[in-house]
Amino acid sequence: MTSTLGTTLVLGALLAAAFGAVVGIEGGLRQRAGALKIVLGAVTAFLLCMLGANLTMVHALVTHDFSVHYVAQVGSRATPLVYTVVSLWSALEGSILFWGAILAVYVFAFARAHRHDPPTNPLLALGTMLAVGVFFAFLIAGPANPFGRVSPVPPDGPGPNPLLQNHVLMVIHPPMLYLGYVGMVVPFGIAVAALLRGQLGDAWMAVLRRWTLIPWTFLSVGIVLGSWWAYAVLGWGGYWAWDPVENASFLPWLTATAFLHSAMVQERRHTLKLWTLSLSLGSFLLTILGTFMTRSGVFNSVHSFTQSEIGPTFLVFLGAVLIVSIVLIAVRGPLLVPEGTLGGVASRETAILVNNLLFAALTFTVLLGTVFPLVREAFSGVRISVGAPYFNRMAIPLGIAILFLMGVGPSLPWGRASAETVRRQFLLPAGVGVAVVVVCVAAGLRGAETLLTFGLAGFVATVTLREMSLPVRVRMREQAEPFPRALWRTATRARRRFGGYVVHLGVVLVFVSIAASQSYVVHTTATLRPGERFQLGAYTVQMTGIRNGVDPHRRWTAAEVRVTDGNGREHLLAPRMNFYERSTDPIGSPAIRSAAFEDLYLTLLAFDQAGPSASFNAWIFPMVSWIWWSLPFFVIGALFAAWPERRRVRTDAAERVPVPSKARSPGAAA
Amino acid sequence: MTSSTRNRLFAVGALAVAGAALAFVAFGNMGKNLVFYWTPGEMLAQGSKAYGPTIRLGGVVQPGSLHWDAAKTHLTFRVADSDKPGAASVLVQSRETPPQMFRERIGVVVEGTFDGSQTFSSSRLMVNHSNEYRPPKPGDGPDKWKDTVSAPTAEAR
Repeated sequence: MTSTLGTTLVLGALLAAAFGAVVGIEGGLRQRAGALKIVLGAVTAFLLCMLGANLTMVHALVTHDFSVHYVAQVGSRATPLVYTVVSLWSALEGSILFWGAILAVYVFAFARAHRHDPPTNPLLALGTMLAVGVFFAFLIAGPANPFGRVSPVPPDGPGPNPLLQNHVLMVIHPPMLYLGYVGMVVPFGIAVAALLRGQLGDAWMAVLRRWTLIPWTFLSVGIVLGSWWAYAVLGWGGYWAWDPVENASFLPWLTATAFLHSAMVQERRHTLKLWTLSLSLGSFLLTILGTFMTRSGVFNSVHSFTQSEIGPTFLVFLGAVLIVSIVLIAVRGPLLVPEGTLGGVASRETAILVNNLLFAALTFTVLLGTVFPLVREAFSGVRISVGAPYFNRMAIPLGIAILFLMGVGPSLPWGRASAETVRRQFLLPAGVGVAVVVVCVAAGLRGAETLLTFGLAGFVATVTLREMSLPVRVRMREQAEPFPRALWRTATRARRRFGGYVVHLGVVLVFVSIAASQSYVVHTTATLRPGERFQLGAYTVQMTGIRNGVDPHRRWTAAEVRVTDGNGREHLLAPRMNFYERSTDPIGSPAIRSAAFEDLYLTLLAFDQAGPSASFNAWIFPMVSWIWWSLPFFVIGALFAAWPERRRVRTDAAERVPVPSKARSPGAAA
Repeated sequence: MTSSTRNRLFAVGALAVAGAALAFVAFGNMGKNLVFYWTPGEMLAQGSKAYGPTIRLGGVVQPGSLHWDAAKTHLTFRVADSDKPGAASVLVQSRETPPQMFRERIGVVVEGTFDGSQTFSSSRLMVNHSNEYRPPKPGDGPDKWKDTVSAPTAEAR
């Protein structure tokens, strides 16, 4: 029953998407305004079918209906409810089903937002997005069908991968990443529409920019949460390993970030149109490549679920999208004539142009290192991987250069800057940067790359804070506004600029904490009996005993330790190992003592109940938690930048007309 | 030739040079940082070519070869293509504490380097985690074998 319902809904989604895609693209090319209504209907049907299919699956999971193939694969009566729901995306077929639902939500949201626009662009864009929907619905209906029937019905299942039910971050990280990945389909549709029409007007460009910012934000959050999860759960003492799957999420982030910057040049100078559109197409291509790499089992990692049949299907789709993109750029690209020129060498657009080249170079090197092993294995059968040192050696100089430009760009005006302006703008920030390096060296810190990063971080932070505070100070002086109001007015009047700078501050935080936690890490291992201790940096770690426990879905063994920090304060930590019923592997849970400037990170490597004794891996990571503290910067900055323009207009109107103060609250304005 | 055409040509030329330089550096760097995935048999067949590069050696811990000196944190064992007697094997030494699941006949991956003394120096020792927890199927090669972790299932083959 559940199987039939689920399969029917997926087939319904497939039909709706196919119908809408044909009507949309055909109607858009022939400029038939009436087609939009039909396409909107198809979009709604697609959404309802996809949501229905997902709810059907969640229902089957929650009721433990093991006659459904996917439930038999990942369900288990012992799994807590929240992880049962989450197991919707804990394995291959379910994650693609979930993917389909997010895709449908995005397409629907786009259709709602632009249903009153002149119809040609929305028709072409929606048609393109629904064509992508056809592929995913086909994937769910065919090669990755989660609704297959199991006979005989097993009494219980194995439960989801223990690694994926070990931490609450697993509940948020995958949906964030999916929202980022799948969302790139919207800018792709918008860019294809622009290329099909052979024109990219300012209005359509603004639409493209906003719809890139949304998935970009989710992708940023998803990547940071993913590194946090790896750090808090996997217990190898790191947060980023240049694993192919991590790279798969990083690549579209790089191109989308480059896009957000080149879009500013496009807006100001009316040039770089084709380049900007290419970045949109590229971001989508890279998300599809990433999905292929994570979902086809070509790589061995926590994320690659099974050796599956969907690899070839994905490769065909990837090839098709690539060919369509190249043909569109080659045939329609020349129609996008630049209407302006770039300014002088010392100008903001030049800084952004160089930033784009650096992002392209970084994308190229990461892509090369990620895909090279696949290509080499396909041709020579030799299994290799590209080691992390390659990525570090390539990415660190490029990253430092990008950091430098983050300070240069905002300091320079559009157009052309005089030597005098350059000197005036750079004197203070450069001074702060040099001062930071001097202080760090005096404090005993060493390492050229690390010190350079710290110095540049000081430089960029100074530039960013100055650019943010300058208009606030002007308001305070000229309008006599108190600081909070002046800040809020500035932030809401130039939302994109302000939001962008907030994000820049978050990025500076990430740079600093990566440099510190990679350069000044301290590591040791030790085997202790109760009462014995070891020293790591300023910490004394003393083992007190071994404790065993039972949860509904697992057993665990914890080594209890008493940690004395540099200030003589004591903390009790218990790194542990979890044993899941149907898994042969124990899954470790590291114990982390997090302070503002460093983390003490303990993992239980092995234990002997009889001894008793326990072996530990111990690290000190300076400033590592600053990476996760960048999250609010990304979210708040992006919210400022992406907030719809319309609201501000209304707020302005509300201000001019004297109305009771209640009516001005955001709820009333919306 | 107008000045804007000349500028454009110049820009394209500069980009091409920069791109070529980047590709040259990237490929050179990559060549130095390749990690090879070999079984003991495959690695030994490489002869002296296996001396030097980083290798991820996958196999099983040969029964009877495991020596762990907790006092000196010195670990030696032999990694073999399979747990059958006579399978190709390599002596591994490590300064790491063995992880909890580490024991004879278990699937392992050790990362490190091999040299002329025929000893593999391991810098990282991983018990093979499997995401699927499936028992090996009859006829699975050693590369599949690493996917299983428990000694009993390996014996049951």
